[in-house]
Amino acid sequence: MARFRKEGKKEVPEINTGSMSDIIFMFLFFFMVITTMRESDSQVKFTPPKASEYQKLEKKSSVATIYMGEPKKQGIPAIDEVVSIQLNDKFARTRSEDMKVDIKGFIEEERAACAEKDKDPNAITYSLKIDSDVKMRYVNILKQELRQNNALKINYSTKKDKKEGK
Amino acid sequence: MARKVPSINTGAMADISFLLLTFFLLTSSITNEQGIPRLLPKPSTEQQKQEEDIRQRNIMTILVNRNNDVLVTAKGEQYVIEKKKIATELKDKAKEFLANPKNDPNLPEKFVKQIDNLGAYEVSRGVISLTNDNNTTFETYILVQNELQKAVNELRDEAALNYFGQKMDKLDPEEKKAIQEAIPINISEASSAN
Repeated sequence: MARFRKEGKKEVPEINTGSMSDIIFMFLFFFMVITTMRESDSQVKFTPPKASEYQKLEKKSSVATIYMGEPKKQGIPAIDEVVSIQLNDKFARTRSEDMKVDIKGFIEEERAACAEKDKDPNAITYSLKIDSDVKMRYVNILKQELRQNNALKINYSTKKDKKEGK
Repeated sequence: MARKVPSINTGAMADISFLLLTFFLLTSSITNEQGIPRLLPKPSTEQQKQEEDIRQRNIMTILVNRNNDVLVTAKGEQYVIEKKKIATELKDKAKEFLANPKNDPNLPEKFVKQIDNLGAYEVSRGVISLTNDNNTTFETYILVQNELQKAVNELRDEAALNYFGQKMDKLDPEEKKAIQEAIPINISEASSAN
């Protein structure tokens, strides 16, 4: 009997894991607060140009993102085989009439989604994520289309210039 | 003696919250949504007519060409700024143009406007017209936009220091609005030169 008692005393005391979940929950809330859901992955190469005078984009809920750059995969429609326009998860077709229809459709969709949430459709900011190597002729096509469709609030996405960042 | 309540095993709770944590880590991205905000002109023909009305002295034309050099036309003179020098030279040209500190007759006119919190303020009529060649890269275009924005921001900071004794980012929203009204961003982005 004595032998048994001795072994019982040697046992390592159990570690209380109750507070572990609290710590992890704290992590969880931290990440939930500082992040937002990713709506669509970019299928085009996108390296933003550098700028020092950037401003943070406000009201993230009413932002529509348009990517523009070299396609990452084959089979993605690209203007002159160089530049694709990505509207959410779709790609604009390349013939200029089709492209106009696609961009217009995209803007109308965004506006409708905004109106459903009782927000002003004119307050949508169009975040243009354009690769720094894209030639302006393609950017101009996009700008022209946005302007024609009365989507005037735009934001050129940039990254922080390390040399002269604030 | 009171009955002992059996303790609930909470070990599995940590597992569940770990799962949730990894789920959020994977589906979310830390947003670095930042950039240079701009307003496009309204889609109408009236705008074009108005642009023609603007007097020569009130326009500063900036043309970014295919070699990513910049041609500036202001004060009835033309300068070429090479790509390497954009970051150092363009801002001062734009500032001089927008502020017109010596009331040079070749630089933009000003008109007196009543602004809340500021009183009468001489607002410049200057417009910077930004045009580009088809083969300009977006990078250079943004570099130019950035320099113009920097010129406006510095002018605003100076005005804010003058009137309120503080820089723009420390002002109240109303004071900020007043300064923004006094020094507007008049950048017209015409589509392309050819």
